[in-house]
Amino acid sequence: MSGQPESRGRMSRSDTMETVRKGLRSRYAAERRFIWYGRGAIAVALGFLVLLVGSILFKGASVVTQTHIRLTVELPLEAFSKSGEVTAESIGAANYVGIVKSSLRDLFPDVSGRRDKRALDSLISSGAAYELRDHVLANPELVGQSINIWVSASDDIDMLDKGYIDRDVDSTGRRVTDKQIGWYDKLIADGRLERQFNTTFFTSGDSREPEQAGIWGAALGSFYTLLVTLLLAFPLGVTTAVYLEEFAPKNKWTDLIEVNINNLAAVPSIIFGLLGLAVFLNIIGLPRSAPLAGGVVLALMTLPTIIIAGRAALKAVPPSIREAALGVGASRLQTVTHHVLPLAMPGMLTGSIIGMAQALGETAPLLMIGMVAFIVDLPSGPLDPATVLPVQVYIWADSPERAFVERTSAGIIVLLLFLVVMNLSAVMLRKRFERRW
Amino acid sequence: MIKKVVLAASVAIVFAGAAHARDQIQIVGSSTVFPFSTAVAEAFGQKTSFGTPVVESTGSGGGMKLFCAGVGTGHPDITNASRRIKSSEVELCAKNGVADITEVKVGYDGIVIANAIEAPAYDLSLRDLYLALAKDIPTEDGKWIPNPNKTWKDVNASLPAVKIEVLGPPPTSGTRDAFVELAMEGGCKTFGWVKALSKKDKNAYKAGCHTVREDGGYVDAGENDNLMVQKLTSNPDALAIFGFSFLDQNADKVKGAMVGGVAPEFELIADGSYPVSRALFFYVKQAHIGVVPGIEEFVAEFTSEAAWGNEGYLTDKGLIPMSEAERAQWGAAAKGNAKLSM
Repeated sequence: MSGQPESRGRMSRSDTMETVRKGLRSRYAAERRFIWYGRGAIAVALGFLVLLVGSILFKGASVVTQTHIRLTVELPLEAFSKSGEVTAESIGAANYVGIVKSSLRDLFPDVSGRRDKRALDSLISSGAAYELRDHVLANPELVGQSINIWVSASDDIDMLDKGYIDRDVDSTGRRVTDKQIGWYDKLIADGRLERQFNTTFFTSGDSREPEQAGIWGAALGSFYTLLVTLLLAFPLGVTTAVYLEEFAPKNKWTDLIEVNINNLAAVPSIIFGLLGLAVFLNIIGLPRSAPLAGGVVLALMTLPTIIIAGRAALKAVPPSIREAALGVGASRLQTVTHHVLPLAMPGMLTGSIIGMAQALGETAPLLMIGMVAFIVDLPSGPLDPATVLPVQVYIWADSPERAFVERTSAGIIVLLLFLVVMNLSAVMLRKRFERRW
Repeated sequence: MIKKVVLAASVAIVFAGAAHARDQIQIVGSSTVFPFSTAVAEAFGQKTSFGTPVVESTGSGGGMKLFCAGVGTGHPDITNASRRIKSSEVELCAKNGVADITEVKVGYDGIVIANAIEAPAYDLSLRDLYLALAKDIPTEDGKWIPNPNKTWKDVNASLPAVKIEVLGPPPTSGTRDAFVELAMEGGCKTFGWVKALSKKDKNAYKAGCHTVREDGGYVDAGENDNLMVQKLTSNPDALAIFGFSFLDQNADKVKGAMVGGVAPEFELIADGSYPVSRALFFYVKQAHIGVVPGIEEFVAEFTSEAAWGNEGYLTDKGLIPMSEAERAQWGAAAKGNAKLSM
């Protein structure tokens, strides 16, 4: 730009101003255009995000409630006692399936025929008997009385109530028959059917029946797995980064290690799963399907990310800090632990959180070590069999029952919430440690 | 300090691994048996005081590999299969010390050829299926030619002039194995000289009858059957191959084609008149009975009338039960821990 007026030596000052003024308009216009491109890009990205999250929320939000049916159940003394004595054991052994079925049939006394009775039974969840059992076991004084209890409706009735099954469509091929819809309408008219908060979904493990399936087992599994990953990967990653950056001599060997760490960050995650199967399961003998093995495998996967981020954070600490510390007589270790490491910590934490978030979403390496499995019982520690959130989402997405579509979306929401909590804690930790210069 | 933590953690991991004893059954195997196995596992966990078994869906072949890898709590106790165990797998098991295995047949699964509910209904013979999906087809004069059929009308003049596009499971799937053996081979055998070939040159026979075309007529759609149902609704020209339970659950979206004039219905599969159905099995490692608690009780639950009977909860999940006589026979064998003999 500045060359122009000089090359045309005779150009007067006003001419120059004219040229600048002319160019100025198009330059401003280009800048405005660029700003609008940027805003457009952000709008498109946000639009997709809203679409994605919106559709998931739209599909998954209805999981918060679950259709329940109020049954009036007779609990006759003789059904719960063995030789006249009511004990916890005899209460547990009672025929709850029969009790629940007969109480449902009492509501519709005119239903006869095997086929119709089966259709009637399928209004309530197959888990209703166990809900009743747990209720009676918790309140043994109820034996001998007649009680009202809300039990889960079956997934088909739940889907009907939530409007996912179109009752006006021709009944061939519909999951709910016209007769069942008639019973359903009568239950509503009697005030025996309503939607209640879905505690099952938030407190229990997986199930083959959608109405009994919960996300808590997978959430615990993810928690234990990530705990193991963090406990292993963070200290190992930070020490490696500190040594390589602050202490290691620059030679062929450290160069080789550096290249390898960078490559390792790009290795497909399934490879780590194969390694886990071969080494941790078959040689060391860690239990299959356990968060411990999963955590170790994911720690290996996360290490390169933490090391690379850690080294970048250490590099960003100004050399003057080190020189000042060394200048007043601190040893190299003191320099690192008292000055450099605290300053680099926010960056290291960010790197670790990115690595952990990656690990949270992984299923491929866990496939090989048996964590992609149907697991009902809640894990009580990192040695119990467990699955993780993304695996749970995958298993539900793969199940034929219609009601699992809703659960799949709800599972994704819980996974995203997990991620948000992790990121928030990272931000808070960073705020605590952050220092400016 | 950090190093000490790491050291302590690694030591803890090694010891935890060594000292670990399993208190729940571990099951691997077929993705077709998975829905049934998990339903039994859950009921077993609810009814008894044992832990709920852990069930993994690894495919029949993958399950056998894990199952036969050895004896000890590091290896699974039960494997599911949507086909019978192969003699090579029995040998592998024996080589690794898994000598005594109990075989339990649980029921049948129909393989359906389905399309969208608004699409035209198909009535296919096994020969039609073979001619539509084979890589090479036999001619009347005893030669193999590359499959020239582009539309269903090319295969059989009574079928619609719609491009052949069949979505199906990948080669690792037991469903694919069964489809190839029952439907394709069944159609292949209708050529007289090919049937004669099966005695003379088994390899040529298998190559001709078992090889699925790779020019786009057959689309490998992965193991996710829900995805196939979705694809069918969006593409009314396509057909898909999957298990009966998915047809059963999605009867308002897809319908099954008749095969050999027989519709894929519950009763017709159960009595054996629907031609593309196969038996489902699970295999129990006898060396683990008494070591891992609950195995015998789990087998008893699986083979109880409440589970695999005509009115059992497994039929709600899409299992086609065996006849009463067959159930009695297999149930007794399972309870007696009968040893597998090939």
